Amino acid sequence: MSSVSTTSAADIAIKVDGLSKSFGGREVVHDLSMQVKRGSIYGFLGPNGSGKTTTIRMLCGLLTPDAGEGTCLGYDIRRDADKIKRLVGYMTQRFSLYQDLSVRENLEFVARLYGMRDARGAARDMIRRIGLSGREEQLAGELSGGWKQRLALGACTLPNPQLLLLDEPTAGVDPKARRDFWNEIHALAAEGLTVLVSTHYMDEAERCHEIAYIAYGHLLAHGTVDEVIAKSALSTYTVSGDDLNGLAVELAGKPGVDMVAPFGTSLHVSGRDKSVLETTIAPYRDKRGWRWEDSEPSLEDVFIDLMNRSKDNFQ
Amino acid sequence: MSATDTVHPVDEAREPAFGFWRRSYAMLVKEFIQLRRDRVSFAMIVMIPVMQLLLFGYAINTTPRHLPTAVLIQEDSDLARSVLKALENTKYFRFTREVHSVAEFDDLLQSGKVLFGVEIPRGFERAVRRGDRPALLVAADATDPVAAGSALGTLGAVVQTALAHDLHIGDPPAMPFEIRAHARYNPAAESRLNIVPGLVGTILTMTMLIFTALSVTREIERGTMESLLSMPIKPVEVMFGKIIPYVIVGFVQASLIVGIGVLLFGVPILGSVALLAALTTLFITTNLSIGYTFSTIVQNQLQAMQMSMMFFLPSILLSGFMFPFAGMPVWAQYLGEGLPLTHYIRIVRAIMLKGAAPSNLQYDTIALIVLMLVAMTIAVTRFRRTLD
Repeated sequence: MSSVSTTSAADIAIKVDGLSKSFGGREVVHDLSMQVKRGSIYGFLGPNGSGKTTTIRMLCGLLTPDAGEGTCLGYDIRRDADKIKRLVGYMTQRFSLYQDLSVRENLEFVARLYGMRDARGAARDMIRRIGLSGREEQLAGELSGGWKQRLALGACTLPNPQLLLLDEPTAGVDPKARRDFWNEIHALAAEGLTVLVSTHYMDEAERCHEIAYIAYGHLLAHGTVDEVIAKSALSTYTVSGDDLNGLAVELAGKPGVDMVAPFGTSLHVSGRDKSVLETTIAPYRDKRGWRWEDSEPSLEDVFIDLMNRSKDNFQ
Repeated sequence: MSATDTVHPVDEAREPAFGFWRRSYAMLVKEFIQLRRDRVSFAMIVMIPVMQLLLFGYAINTTPRHLPTAVLIQEDSDLARSVLKALENTKYFRFTREVHSVAEFDDLLQSGKVLFGVEIPRGFERAVRRGDRPALLVAADATDPVAAGSALGTLGAVVQTALAHDLHIGDPPAMPFEIRAHARYNPAAESRLNIVPGLVGTILTMTMLIFTALSVTREIERGTMESLLSMPIKPVEVMFGKIIPYVIVGFVQASLIVGIGVLLFGVPILGSVALLAALTTLFITTNLSIGYTFSTIVQNQLQAMQMSMMFFLPSILLSGFMFPFAGMPVWAQYLGEGLPLTHYIRIVRAIMLKGAAPSNLQYDTIALIVLMLVAMTIAVTRFRRTLD
């Protein structure tokens, strides 16, 4: 092994190869391989039931892969689950702290579980950091969604992990709280923490250093946002004007038109084969005051297209 | 938009015909579907009544026969053998031990290994021939008045009839010897002396089981298990953390019951209070371990309650709490030996009523320890460390 590969291995937080997992005969994750660099924010995107949660659970030892192997922070995900658990903070999709314990009691519990010397002090500092001062004695179950999510993030960062696995942390949280949350994530990454975060929100995907798109258990695309869009080979026209609903109905299903989606006051018309798409839309381009613009597909266009295509392939 | 659309809202706001029945029916259909999905509950619906019926029907016998009896023979004579044969023919006694000293004799009674002891004194036959009417001692462990009562009650008449033939004495009315029945430990045959110590164990069984039977399923149902499993904690650590608080709770509860038993019901504590406390703590821990084991096996809290029930009812019936243990058929006694309450009831009665020493209680203490370790081993191996 050359010195180059050893330094690169130290820079890798997660490296998995060919992970597969089935539940009751249904394959939820299929032959998934990925790499996450240390200190980066890695976005994990995909529709509901695409295998995001299952993958995250395999990474932190909560599920055993049926096939494949990998390392998390240099430890084998099959054999060293105990060591991985010490270094990884996992924030579950559903709030999973104790609803009948107070904010302080929950944090002290976590601190003690990780064997921290000054559990009370650690909990006190974390309460200040996540802005829950004044609510220390409130029961976790009585907190609103945004506060619960902060508490959960606080609990999983409390034992100073090297890697955070966040499973849809901002689901059901208001925009302001979401923004604060992402600022916190970036602050943590700046301190050297690696963050793997799953989400449905496109704006959140754009806040990640790198993203991966997974559907039906298959990893379909990965890279930076720009790379993913560039690799999609999707051509998109943005149409603005009157009666876009009528146009959408007319265009749907025509040759070369793979996707028609309204975006506010405009319409995105996309196709994988640009020349066929252009032939189809040519008659409409000068009609009835519609304004056509050759534009970049949005990340959402790319994902929906990937999902539609994967549906054809895997279902 | 269409005409029907504008009419509908008015209709929908009105109470539909048979609304009460429709809604009740909807609820009923839903409940049946859920019941059918819950296999364990379904099994319990059949198991609980059948098991209870069989146990009540076959195992319970309030006029027990073939009770374990020790004999202390200080004279080997034809007459002695005839007397013993006659006693055995009454069907109440089954001679399980033959001892050679009074100390051994007392020890067997005190440890509960036998319920009766028959002593044939030296020079018995000669004294009978001489017409001295010697005494034949029958000592009974009367802590359970039901078990001892019927055997003692019929003793005189039955033996007399049986012996009449053997001894060739023409006139039965005159017994050639005296049977001196001695009801030990509870001479007045007061049932509360027997019931109260038994209740200590029964109440503890019920409360301790339920405390821990819900503990793991509660974590799973509330979703906190996922977070717990992602943290560096081991199954044994989870178990100890969940059991130990309730050992203290159980100890307080036990002190309360024993205290009331002594103050209100006048039940004595003849033996060592420290020994009672130590073995009660062991019993509490055993029950908590069993409850915890249940919680690692079942899928939800309802099943946990049902499983505790399945365990609790035979505990009451087969432990010797309600009905004499020695009177049960052998298969039921074997089942009973597998229940911690059986052993604790022997222990608590022996310490409180008979003043038993640790040496008398070895077997039951070891049994409790074994049951506890078996339960803990199952719990730790059953505890799933992943969500697979």
